[in-house]
Amino acid sequence: MTTTEEAHMTRTEETMANTSTQRVASVSAAAYRIRHHALTMGEVQGQGYVGQALGAADMLAAVYADQLRFRADDPEWAERDRFLLSTGHYAIGHYAALAEAGVIPVEELDTYGSDDSRLPMSGMSTYTPGMEISGGSLGHGLSIAVGIALGLRHQGSAARVYNFLSDGELDEGSTWEAAMGAHHHQLGNLTAMVDINALQADGKTDTVLRTEPVTEKWEAFGWYTQRVDGNDMAALLTAFDNAAAQAALTGRPSVILCDTKVGRGVPLLEDREKAHFMRIEEHEWQTCREQLTAGYEERTSS
Amino acid sequence: MSTTAAPKLKTSAMIASFADPGQKTASAPFGHALVKAAQENEKIVGLTADLGKYTDMHIFAQAYPERFFQMGMAEQLLFGAAAGLAETGLVPFASTYSVFAARRAYDFLCLDAAEPNLNVNIVGGLPGLTTGYGPSHQATEDMAIFRGMPNLTIVDPCDSLDIEQAVPQLAASPGPSYLRLLRGNVPTVLDEYDYSFELGKAKVLRGGADVVFISSGLMTMRALQAAEALAAHHVDVAVVHAPTIKPFDAATVLAELNTDRLAVTLENHSVVGGLFETVASAVVTAGLGKRVVPVALPDQFLDAGALPTLHDRYGLTVQKIVAKVLAELG
Repeated sequence: MTTTEEAHMTRTEETMANTSTQRVASVSAAAYRIRHHALTMGEVQGQGYVGQALGAADMLAAVYADQLRFRADDPEWAERDRFLLSTGHYAIGHYAALAEAGVIPVEELDTYGSDDSRLPMSGMSTYTPGMEISGGSLGHGLSIAVGIALGLRHQGSAARVYNFLSDGELDEGSTWEAAMGAHHHQLGNLTAMVDINALQADGKTDTVLRTEPVTEKWEAFGWYTQRVDGNDMAALLTAFDNAAAQAALTGRPSVILCDTKVGRGVPLLEDREKAHFMRIEEHEWQTCREQLTAGYEERTSS
Repeated sequence: MSTTAAPKLKTSAMIASFADPGQKTASAPFGHALVKAAQENEKIVGLTADLGKYTDMHIFAQAYPERFFQMGMAEQLLFGAAAGLAETGLVPFASTYSVFAARRAYDFLCLDAAEPNLNVNIVGGLPGLTTGYGPSHQATEDMAIFRGMPNLTIVDPCDSLDIEQAVPQLAASPGPSYLRLLRGNVPTVLDEYDYSFELGKAKVLRGGADVVFISSGLMTMRALQAAEALAAHHVDVAVVHAPTIKPFDAATVLAELNTDRLAVTLENHSVVGGLFETVASAVVTAGLGKRVVPVALPDQFLDAGALPTLHDRYGLTVQKIVAKVLAELG
């Protein structure tokens, strides 16, 4: 059996899997650990994009703990699925997910944003194992994803391409160039996931540049479109399963629009006035960790 | 009733040829060179942003339809997707007009291809003053824009021979490149000389005791013609062709400049940020107190019109070059 056939088999099995309680619990546990990692990294800096990492942790966990085919000890494995982080500043969340996935050591997270670290504040492919692209200049990820999806398909690979982008990136015209391109080329091996936290650098998305109706936009661009609560793990996994079920080398690209809450899992931050770059006082970090743990234990014990 | 016909006006054309009447030319040298390179390297793919027919990419698209990707009139996607294709191990050649490559999608070439040093090859049509359509189409400052981009190789070929030989070398060299395309019926000039294109190298095409020309792009053709014309004035002119603008072969050029001869740079580009300034910075860095005279386009938005009119107006014709050199020599 060839690797490609094996990959197809895996897909079929994945499609048949349901969102069992055990599966949801397992991926939720990964999300919980990713959140703790993000708080650890945030404390090193004293401030930063912790709010975004907490909000997107469930999306990242669904990818790394459930969907993505990769080899932790061989990030360059040719048959791997590609996960492209377009929002470079979400690197804090991505590093946490890479540590959870075993691609980078957990201890290394302490170097986040420091001189000579492999974990710069804004994600770059040339610095970090498992970081496929250099995001940060927003609106690039989906364009690159189109090329990777085309290139993999051209070379007969069954690997899939995931592009994580934010609702702020929907402001960028290039995102829509790529959305058209992916549909035109029928990149059924491409899945975009949009973190809709309704927040961007200058304020709430609907006050900066109104992007809604987001669902209708993607549908109009010809994508297989789903919109879910991005902090509801069962809903997320169902959406990923649906996307996987209709994934094909040639077919409609799919997008999962994920409504998320900045600071999710830490009430102190969920309730704080939302800011792109969140400041957290020195004495608050311990409170954040305690609240995160308490909330998780309360949910898992009930 | 008057039967006097109105005088026929000189008109501009989008793609105007700069070949002289009767000059030897080759058709679509880039397209054919890419097909040839693709025969030997299955990793080569082509893409364009709705300008395949106008960048000679259509030759490749016809030969290898399954290796050609149309990106539509979307230059950011063109460069991002080219980078993505390179990420999967392919060797993309992506074509558009130079104005769009340089002005419109710079960020995508810079961050998606140049920062990770991917083998993405950009092919820019209508470089400098090779169209009469005015500033929307005239990429008079493309090299100035691109020279600041780390990792990017910049090639300004003279003729069909340069293009034919550059394409496989660009495919074989790692890292991103920008090729200033000459398309359509492109003059063949350098076959008359003991010359071959070598990426990163400047070559002395002819020696001369009184003047040394350092030129790139189509202005090497004019430089050679001007050298012939100046011989009639008993002025002996050397011509050094420097098609690779970056990385620049300063060693070869400085060796030629470090003499008592009048030094002239010739380029189909703004006097700002192109060959002249590349040479000038090499001269200053080496500590040579050498005056260099630029033949280049002025630092302004150029007129629309017929190409021969504009080349004369902005000093790129052989006649204007000869006059400038004679004036310099007093």
